[in-house]
Formats: sequence, C-alpha cells, structure tokens
Amino acid sequence: MGHFVPHTDRDIERMLADIGLSSLDELFEVVPEALRLAGGLDLPAGMPEPDVLAEMDRLAALNRFGSDLICFAGAGAYDHEVPSATKRLTFRSEFVTAYTPYQPEVAQGVLQALFEYQSLISRISGLPIANASLYDGASAAVEGVNLAVAAKKRPTVWLSGGLHPHWRATLATFAAGTGHRLVDVPLRNGVTDWSAMDPAAAGAPVEAPAALVVASPNYLGAYEDLKAARHVADAHDALLIAGFDPVSSGLLAPPGDLGADVVVGEGQPFGTPLSFGGPYLGLFACRSEQVRRLPGRLVGRTVDTEGRPAYVTTLRAREQDIRREKASSNVCTNQTLIAVACMIQLSWLGTAGLREMALRCARGTRYAREALTAIPGVELLTDAPTLREFALRTPVPATVVVERMADEGFLAGVPVGLDGGVVTDSGDALLVAVTERRTKAEIDNYVSCFEKVVR
Amino acid sequence: MSSVTPTAAAPGGRATSAPLLGRDHEPTIFEFSSEGRRSFSFRTTGLPEWTAEELVPAGYLRPEPVALTEVSERDLVAHVTRLTHRQYSVDLGAYPLGSCTMKYNPKLCDDAASLPGLAAVHPATPAALAQGWLELLWSLGDSLCEVTGMHACTLQPPAGAAGELTGLLLMRAWHESRGERRTKIIIPDSAHGTNPASVTLGGYQTVTVPSDERGLVDLEALRARLDSDVAGIMLTNPNTLGLFEEDIAAIAEAVHEVGGLLYYDGANLNAILGVTRPGDMGFDIVHMNLHKTFAVPHGGGGPGAGPVAVSERLAEFLPGPVPARGDDGTFAWRTPSRSIGRVHTWYGNALALARAYSYILANGGDGLRRVAEGAVLNANWLRHRLRGTYDLPYDRPNMHEFVASTTTLKKDRGMRALDVGKRLLEKGFHAPTVYFPLIVDEALMIEPTETESPETLGALADALIAIAGDEPGEGAAAPRTTPVGRVDEALAARVLLPTWDAVAAHDAS
Repeated sequence: MGHFVPHTDRDIERMLADIGLSSLDELFEVVPEALRLAGGLDLPAGMPEPDVLAEMDRLAALNRFGSDLICFAGAGAYDHEVPSATKRLTFRSEFVTAYTPYQPEVAQGVLQALFEYQSLISRISGLPIANASLYDGASAAVEGVNLAVAAKKRPTVWLSGGLHPHWRATLATFAAGTGHRLVDVPLRNGVTDWSAMDPAAAGAPVEAPAALVVASPNYLGAYEDLKAARHVADAHDALLIAGFDPVSSGLLAPPGDLGADVVVGEGQPFGTPLSFGGPYLGLFACRSEQVRRLPGRLVGRTVDTEGRPAYVTTLRAREQDIRREKASSNVCTNQTLIAVACMIQLSWLGTAGLREMALRCARGTRYAREALTAIPGVELLTDAPTLREFALRTPVPATVVVERMADEGFLAGVPVGLDGGVVTDSGDALLVAVTERRTKAEIDNYVSCFEKVVR
Repeated sequence: MSSVTPTAAAPGGRATSAPLLGRDHEPTIFEFSSEGRRSFSFRTTGLPEWTAEELVPAGYLRPEPVALTEVSERDLVAHVTRLTHRQYSVDLGAYPLGSCTMKYNPKLCDDAASLPGLAAVHPATPAALAQGWLELLWSLGDSLCEVTGMHACTLQPPAGAAGELTGLLLMRAWHESRGERRTKIIIPDSAHGTNPASVTLGGYQTVTVPSDERGLVDLEALRARLDSDVAGIMLTNPNTLGLFEEDIAAIAEAVHEVGGLLYYDGANLNAILGVTRPGDMGFDIVHMNLHKTFAVPHGGGGPGAGPVAVSERLAEFLPGPVPARGDDGTFAWRTPSRSIGRVHTWYGNALALARAYSYILANGGDGLRRVAEGAVLNANWLRHRLRGTYDLPYDRPNMHEFVASTTTLKKDRGMRALDVGKRLLEKGFHAPTVYFPLIVDEALMIEPTETESPETLGALADALIAIAGDEPGEGAAAPRTTPVGRVDEALAARVLLPTWDAVAAHDAS
C-alpha cells in the first residue's frame, strides 16, 4: 500500500468488504465534500529509502562540524565526549520506540532508568527531588519560575543579568501568558550585583520577588556567589532558583548545598551530541516541601503484587491531564530518551570520571585563556573565576573573528554583549568554551590563528 | 463476519515470544557499584596537569567528589540491556494507545538523524556554515504548511503541549495587536487535559462546550457561549472519540463571526493526511505532534516535536528565529516583525525534526494519503469486529481511532476497562488508552494505526473478544506474565521514594 503500510490490495478489498464498503474513499464520507482535498497534497512523490538517505546526506554535507570546524563554542551547548557505550545503549529500540510508561507492568525498563536518572540528578544538584526531565534548560527555568510564583503567590521574579539570553527570552515569552513580572538584575564585574536591588539604589520601593533566578557559572562562565544570593532571597522571603552547569558539579559545591530551593540546568553535556540545539535535556530538582508543585513526571519506587521492587510514575494528581485548568504546568511529553542517555553517561563517568571531566575542562580553559589574553588587544570581559568558558574583548568584532576563524577550521566561539549589565546574544565580545575534548595541539593552533585574525 | 486471515500468516505485531528471563527484579545501578571500578576514558590532550586546587578558588571547590557510581562498562551495559528486556515497545509489538498514534518508526529515520553532518553541528554555528540544517528546517516547515493548509510555521516547540501554549500566546498577541484583551478560550468536554492546562498558562479562562448525542461539538451550545470576550476555540478534529467534526465549517464561521480564532490540536492529524486540511476547515493555528503523525519515535515519553503553523495574518507573530530562503537560494535566520519571542533555547528538537523530514520524503504526498487511509481502515475494521462484544457508545463511522466501553461487561461480570488493558498485556499487546475521554464510562480508546497488518489486527480483535469472556476476577489478577505484576501505585504516592538515597534512608528508618 505504501512504504510503511503493510496492506496488500487483497487485504484492503477484504477489509472494506468486512465493513460493508467498496472503496477507500468511502471511509472519508464523514468529511464534508467541500472540505475534501481535491488533487492531493502538493508534495513530491515518495522516494525509495536510498534516495531519501542520499538527500539527507546532501543536506548534511552542507554543514560544517567536527574536525573541519573544531568547536570552541559553548553558550549552553558543549562538545563533550559521547562514548560508544552511551551511543549504542541509547539507541536500543526498546527505549527509542516505547511510549510514556502508563502501563508500569510493561514499562519497568524506562521507569527504572528514570528512577536512576532522578537519583543521579538529585546528587549532583544537591536537592532531594529531581523530576524525570523537562524539554531544555530554558523550559526548566520557566517551570522553576512558575513553581515559585505558585508557592509564594507573588508575580514578580528577579532575573540575574548573567542568565543565558535565550533562557531570558523564553521566560519573557511565557510571562506574557502568566502575567509574571520579570525584573533584570545587572551584572557588575561579570557577576550579579544584588545591591542594585536595594530600595536606595533602585531609587524606588522594590516589589518583593517570589524568586531570584541566577546561574552559576553564569553565561559569561563566571562563578556566582550563591550564598550571597541566598541571603538576598531570605531578606525577601523568596525562593532561590539556581541555574547550574551540571559538569561543574564535578569540582564545585552543588547549588542545593549552597541554599538553592530549585535547581535547573541544561543536561546536554551528559551524553547528548550537539544536535544543532535539540533534543536536549531540562534538569529540574527541588526541595521536598515543593514536591506537590513539581512540574512534569516523577517516578517512585514501590512494590508489585509479589512484593518485588517496582517503579511507577507517582503523585500523578499534580499532572496536567488530571488537574486540567488548575494545573500550574502543562508538561506531559518530556525528554525521557535524553534522560536515559544522561543516566547512562553519568554511570559511565562515575564518581571519578565526573571530577576528571570537570578538571580537564578547567585545565584546557586556563591554558587557552592565558594564551589568548597574551595576544595584544585581547582582554577578558571579566576576570571572575571560571571553569570552561570565558568572554573576551577582541580588537575586531566577534562576528568577524568567527567568520575568519572558520576559514582556519575553527568554530571560534559565540558573539556576546552586555546591555545595561544584562548579557545579550549578540555583541562585540566573544564567548569561548574549552571542553575535555580539546587537545593542547588544537588550542595552540587555535591561538596562533586567533592572533592572526584579530590583527 | 469473514476473517481477513484465511492463510496461516502469523500476526507480526503480537509480542508473545518476548524474552522474559526469570522472575527476579533488576538491581539498581547503585547496587553494582564497587569502589575503584571505572568505565570512563578521555582524549590524550598533552595539557599541563594542574590540580583542582590550582584551578578553582578554595571557597568554591567541593571537598569531596559528588558520589555517583563506580561500575565497569561491562556491568553498565549488562544492566541497561536487562532494563530494555523489561520494556514494551513498538518494535516489539502493537501499541493501540488511543490518541497516541504509536505507529512503526522507520529505521531509515534513525539513520537520517544520526548523520554526523546533522548530529554533530553546534547550534551557534553561523547560518552560512549550517546551510544544510537551515534548508532542512525550511523545507520541513514548507511541507508541514502544505499538509495543514497553513501559511508559515515555527519548529521550535519541543512537544505538543509546548505547541499548544505557543498557539495560545499567538492568539493573545494577535488580539492585543488589535487593541483587544479577550479572556476566554472554548474547549469541548472531550478535550485532552493538556488543553485546559495550556489555556490557564496562556492567561485565559476555559469555557467548556458539551458534546451532543453524536459525540460532536454541540453547535447550539457553542453559539450560546460565543461573545466578544472569546479569544478562540481549541479543537481536535477528528476529536478524541475518533469522530470527524462534520459541522466544522459552521463552527469556524460562528467563531470568526465574534472575532475569535480557531486552534487545531494536531493530536489526531494522522487521520486526515492528504484527505482534508485544517487550513481548509477554517483553522488559524495548528500544532502538530511529529512524534505521532510523522513517526518520530516516542522515546519512552519524549523527545517529541510540536511545530505550530499559522495562517497568513498570524505569520509575523511566530516565535523566532525562523529559517528564510533568500532570492539567491541561500538560507538565513529571520525573526518575524512582531514575534512573540523564543519558546526554546535553540530551534526546537532538531534531530526529531530531521527524522520527520526523512519520513515525509519517503512517503511523499501520495504516501501520506495512504497513511490516513490505512489508519482509518484499520480503526473501522476493528470497531466492526468488537461490535456485540464491547459497548460502542458512538457506533458510527470513525476516523483513525474509536472508543469502546466495558459498561455492560462491568454491570454483568464486574469487568473494568483497566482489567481489559492488563489482560491484553498478558496476550502480547500493549493496552489501549483507558478512562479517556472522560465523557465515556469505562472507556477503551483504541488506535491501531496504519502500520499494523490485518493479521495483527485480527489477533488483537481475537484477544479482546477472548478477554470479554474471562471468568470474573481474572482481570483483577492480571498481568501475570509481565516482568512485574500489578504495581502498588497507592504505596508509591504514600511513601514517596523518588531516589536511591530516599530508598536507603527509608530502609534504614
């Protein structure tokens, strides 16, 4: 009948006869004639599989990547190792082609993998509850804000100027529906300047926020002082939502230990290729007292009729399909397969591997940073401490650097700017990331090309 | 009724030979941990080996590494592989979950999305160096507009629910651009629960319109609810009963009359591919679930993709950036002039979008029509087979799915929809959607999809008919052949154990 429709003409004839019809068109008689599409869809005819792959190959060949464009770009998407074990296991079709685990008796594989994922994210975030994933870092931030506003019943939220500009943009988009008031808190010397929110400094009474949202490391790669942010949050009885780079938890104290009530992040660094931006993985963890407001799915361990350990999605009454218009989140489909990849990757890394990964990022970053800032006219945007990313002022605009470096075989970084202390996704500065995959030879070559192109 | 399987062909979609090894539970990854075991391996870099203390200021450095696991790669692979043996999937057998469109996911699309030239590209790569990706996304958007009869499209929403909310924010922006602040969205009582949740997050109030005895939107009740405060209506067509809203043209006219917009929930788009189009029905905004209609695998609950297509008057409100084709045939990013803003960190679930594009190329316009024909044929045939065994509260020509009920069986023998679902698991099939839509008592919502053969459908029908003859009590004991028996959901909610640490603390107390 078609590529993936198994019916033969004889099958169709028999089935139609069984239901008292004589043609396939009769199946659609319930569609008013005026609405029926005459002449079919204006799309090319179906293609044999090898032709489809050839076309996809043609498109793929128009992109530059890998050893042809060695990656020093980050901005929330990092070129980390994805080992064969993670790739092969994540492609197991039992994971790939399963539905949401609504029948737990035949979904223990996905459910247990998610339980293990939640357990690992809880540990790296430093909070007791982690959900089964959200879409990406931006959606995790949006859901964190929704949780905080519902918990505190106040519509104002303070956003650090160091948040990923695309997270900030996404928060603003959804705030149009919820009516949340988002207030920017500027950066000073590369980190959030909470003192700008003192009523005296602000020059007006400050509306008490439901939450503070701050990322550490922030978009410029700088560590924020989360304990100081906690004090500010306490002064306003607000929740502290910390965006984190999960790789940094290999070396840094987890945000939950430093006082965050909600931890959100982008999980792409653990087992997901760059993928042109998706599918990625929204990490979300919170304190126990917020569990009834947790967005998305949560897997819990229980027992079956024979008393054996078993897993099931739990606290379902929180979810949109049951709460309907009373829900504070509409998330249903999440990123389960990417969460499974993350669980496999974190297990492959293990205790020593996660630390080693973070350490190697920090080594390459320091080496590259020192070499680049030795180039005349190249300066750090901020000298705050950093793990694997930093922003540079360059003698020529960042877009020109990126363009010229591409000719040398490098993706030099991502243009970044500061507007009133708030980071933007365009500007004259350059955000450079160095992962554990970058060798000394690659960095040396990058630096010498950099020196050439900024002249 | 004659059988469609006169030959002895075995049903390919019946998973009765699945390897279920033993009756033990699978330990967690934490229980395989043994101090000093390692799997990881990194590149040789030649970089100076500075210590953590030399790299991180003392105030920030964590005193101990975060405790994960310490397992060998061999044990990790064995553990995860055993988990896969405890998991049902489309690749294993039929999955007739109503409203979920669990069709076969062609392997071709896996390979297309794995091409390094797609999977290894950084999202901040300048457009000039990522022309293949921009062309792919532009072409996919163009194809989706043709399929839905719309004008322009955003590919950013990463799931259906995200598409819904995006659509509602588009409605809001449209009305506000005309100086109007409307407050209400109408949805039918048969709608998915996601619809009202999205309405709330879009800043609107839900007004429910009842279904009539046909199972369709009650047109008079709808008219009574329409006024200048209605921002729009959200409809699934065919609806969640699998029925085509025959009055859609009149509905569209009435909603447009009061200045409202029509939102098409694409959950059931599979039924009408190449047959009719939301745009031709009068819809202004359409979201599609590429993980349903366009064979993107569901991944155990995502990632999906929920692109939103709109009519011409809404195009400039779409989230940006969107790929645009220049006169010279090159592609660039463009942000629509009145864009509502981003709804994703980057461009959406790009690799899922690549899968969907390869599926569309393989099928072509003609093949997509055959998808709808197969889906509707299978669902109608199965409904006919079940007549007389199960209640069919809306026994009229359906589209890609239909709703049966165990109301009579429950009254006579105590058989509930849930029991039927659990018994079906024992017979090598996934259960249908149960207890939805809410307007049907003891609902079994069945969507066989076009990719199941007549032999599989026949076996599924035989299994459902056999289950209806069960001795009382048999359903409550099911399932007995699955990796675990019925799961104590009440205990899971009462004693919340969402992590291994919580389990350890609970066991210690």
